[in-house]
Amino acid sequence: MSDPRRRALPSLAAVTVLSLALGACSSSGADSAGGSAPHSGGHLTFALASDPICVDPQQAGNNDAIYPARQIVDSLTDQDPKTGKIVPWLATSWKVSEDASVFTFTLRKGATFSDGTPVNARAVKSNFDGIVKLGAKSVLGSSYLAGYKSTTVIDDHTAKVTFDSPNAQFLQATSTFTLGLLAESTVKLPAEKRCTDNLIGSGPFTLDGYTPNKSVEERRRPGYSWGSSLWKRKGPAYLDRLTFKVIPESGVRTGSLQSGQVDAIGGVAPQDEAGLKSTGFPLKSRANPGLPFGLTTNAARPITKDLKVRQAIQKAIDRQEVVDTVLSDSYRPATSSLASTTSGYKDLSDRLGHDPAGAGKLLDEAGWRTGPDGIRTKGGKKLALKIIWASNFGPNQTALELIQQQLKKTGIQVTLQSSTIGDYVALRQKGDYDFAWGNTTRVDPDILRTGYSSKLLNLGHLSDHALDSVLDKEASASDPAERAAHVAEAQQIVLDKGYQIPVFELTTVLGLSKKVHDLDFEASSRLQFHETWLS
Amino acid sequence: MRRYLAGRLLQAVFVLWAAFTLSFAVLYLLPGDPVSIMAGGAGDTNDVSPEQLAELRRTYGLDKPVLEQYGTQLRHALRGDFGISVQSGDKVGHMIGTALPATLQLTSGALVLALVLGAGTALLATYTRWRWLRQLLLSLPALGVSAPTFLVGLVLVQIVSFRWGLVPAFGNEGFGSLVLPVITLSLPTGAVLAQVFAKSLRTTLAEPYVETALAKGASRARVHFRHATRNAAIPPLTVVGVLVGNLLAGSVVVETVFSRTGVGRITATAVSAQDIPVVQGLVVFGALVFVLANLAVDLLYPLIDPRITTSAAVAR
Repeated sequence: MSDPRRRALPSLAAVTVLSLALGACSSSGADSAGGSAPHSGGHLTFALASDPICVDPQQAGNNDAIYPARQIVDSLTDQDPKTGKIVPWLATSWKVSEDASVFTFTLRKGATFSDGTPVNARAVKSNFDGIVKLGAKSVLGSSYLAGYKSTTVIDDHTAKVTFDSPNAQFLQATSTFTLGLLAESTVKLPAEKRCTDNLIGSGPFTLDGYTPNKSVEERRRPGYSWGSSLWKRKGPAYLDRLTFKVIPESGVRTGSLQSGQVDAIGGVAPQDEAGLKSTGFPLKSRANPGLPFGLTTNAARPITKDLKVRQAIQKAIDRQEVVDTVLSDSYRPATSSLASTTSGYKDLSDRLGHDPAGAGKLLDEAGWRTGPDGIRTKGGKKLALKIIWASNFGPNQTALELIQQQLKKTGIQVTLQSSTIGDYVALRQKGDYDFAWGNTTRVDPDILRTGYSSKLLNLGHLSDHALDSVLDKEASASDPAERAAHVAEAQQIVLDKGYQIPVFELTTVLGLSKKVHDLDFEASSRLQFHETWLS
Repeated sequence: MRRYLAGRLLQAVFVLWAAFTLSFAVLYLLPGDPVSIMAGGAGDTNDVSPEQLAELRRTYGLDKPVLEQYGTQLRHALRGDFGISVQSGDKVGHMIGTALPATLQLTSGALVLALVLGAGTALLATYTRWRWLRQLLLSLPALGVSAPTFLVGLVLVQIVSFRWGLVPAFGNEGFGSLVLPVITLSLPTGAVLAQVFAKSLRTTLAEPYVETALAKGASRARVHFRHATRNAAIPPLTVVGVLVGNLLAGSVVVETVFSRTGVGRITATAVSAQDIPVVQGLVVFGALVFVLANLAVDLLYPLIDPRITTSAAVAR
């Protein structure tokens, strides 16, 4: 997930090409004689694309903060990235009330924070209370804990979390870094005192120091033995040390990996992928779960309130062409209103085929006739739409310009309005646009409710009672199978009604040296270093 | 001299105040909203509720009337307190203070190298009797000024670090990591100095006293390097005052390309995030550096040219 900062200095194609050519001369992965079996030891350096700013897992928002933050905390649960199933971590078992508003966790015994204090029910309570108190400082946390009433300490190892109303997504949320547990001494500090220092968790690594704009240093926690039930290794992490270096320029990041100055890099740009691959540096990628990149409808506008127009746009976009032209092999066109890595995702690609003829027919039916300049008109007004977008991902502009051309072929005129992330938030609230381009990374399908329920923020000005009721059912279903059925129905409605025009799945792409083994994505496509080893 | 200093001090205070006020006005008028940026910091285009935004605005005092915000900030700034970073929660003064040593190393190294390169090129170009060498040397400044720092930095990294493996490509540990950034940053500065100094030398060398000195039997080298150089030094010295500011600005690019910590990096991050307190602190800091550099230059004039006195400089 790129951010605007990183692109303040555009990558120069010429220099990138040069770097690739030079990289080919130096072989850094050659010293792999160290053996092919996992073994302890070593110091891995990972290049981040931007400064993390705050490495508190409960406040962290961007990937570059999450990578280091994730390592220092454990979560109550973990989520299997393959099946989406919630499995034990600090909690060995849990009970969810019928209406998904009360969650009772039984904690494992013996886990401690790195200051020696125990991970117990009291710690769970002070963490959740603390996140609610962080409020907007923890944007993710406050949405996970929406409607939080209280946590009751039933005994040392049992904690009961109660919500005002059904909150089925909370169970998945307990597997995230945001609800990772920190020691009492950290929780009681004010938000700004726990960004670079004083962060004490129970995770496989401890924070050794964070120098802004430079690096985050972490060390293995000796004696760690309470890892997630998904992990093959039960004891402490393999790596002795873990360093996250901030290297903002993408050409320098790529070259540093190729010249062996770092072991792995994040934020690999689509145009750098082929070069890395051809010089023998494996890429690792995983689609980010949540809402794929696409257009979110503002249904309050005169043109987009017409269902047929929205449906026509759904058909007029050639998603495969966007991926082929603008992105790389690591990316996939959207196949539903959720990304394929989201739990509860349903493949609806049959609804998202490229069908310009069908789109034209729908527009004809809606009364939009092709004018002399190729743009359709109705009652003297042009079929002109405004799309707002922010520069949170490098290829956004090129992708949108291609979409603009694709829509023009169907007689739709599009103007693009770019903005910074901050302005984008303000623009969305003002509502002066037809479609908003964007994405949201979230593992739980409840993001559909956040995005499209008219009972919540409702930035799209929808009023679809059928959809609202399906989303309400999804939020209060404690049975996973039942919930999945509602989630599937909601995905379908969102697509069929054209509330969202998904285009492609945002993908996290890493470049690795051959020395690096078992560096894996967790369910939210962020990194877990516990099982990583160097040869 | 005392009156001169007092005058300069007043001037400096005015410049600092103007910098503070202008930056406040500009930042306030910018269309972006700092709290939206904070809330959107997740990198995703997340939906944030108006309530969350209002809460953040309250926390940072951004819900108060403009003039009240200005007054409070100015009062605090007078005490040297520029508030806390909206992004990291760190004190602005502390942030700049921590980053300063790295940037000082970089910029002072670059200034020294620029002086050596600039003076060397200018002296040699005007002294040599080989036409081709003079032409070559005189064309270097134009090249140095026009080559983008960003590109020069990247090319140097690719060749010296990635290909030859001589120095690290990033970070600021040790002398090795300083070499490429210092070279990169010194080139445009050195080029300007060379240009100004060469021109000034040529003018000086055409003056009658040079001929007189030569006629009286002084060697060409002596006339060139003693008499003329000293007389020609005033214009480049004046330029140095301005160039110090340029070096600071150049550190934004150089520190990003070479992944160094420093004031430049803080600036880059703070500007893109519209971290108002940090940007304000940096603007005032930049103004302070500029004022001090020019004051130092003014105080140096009489040492080089006794005809210039500080009292005359006031009238300048």
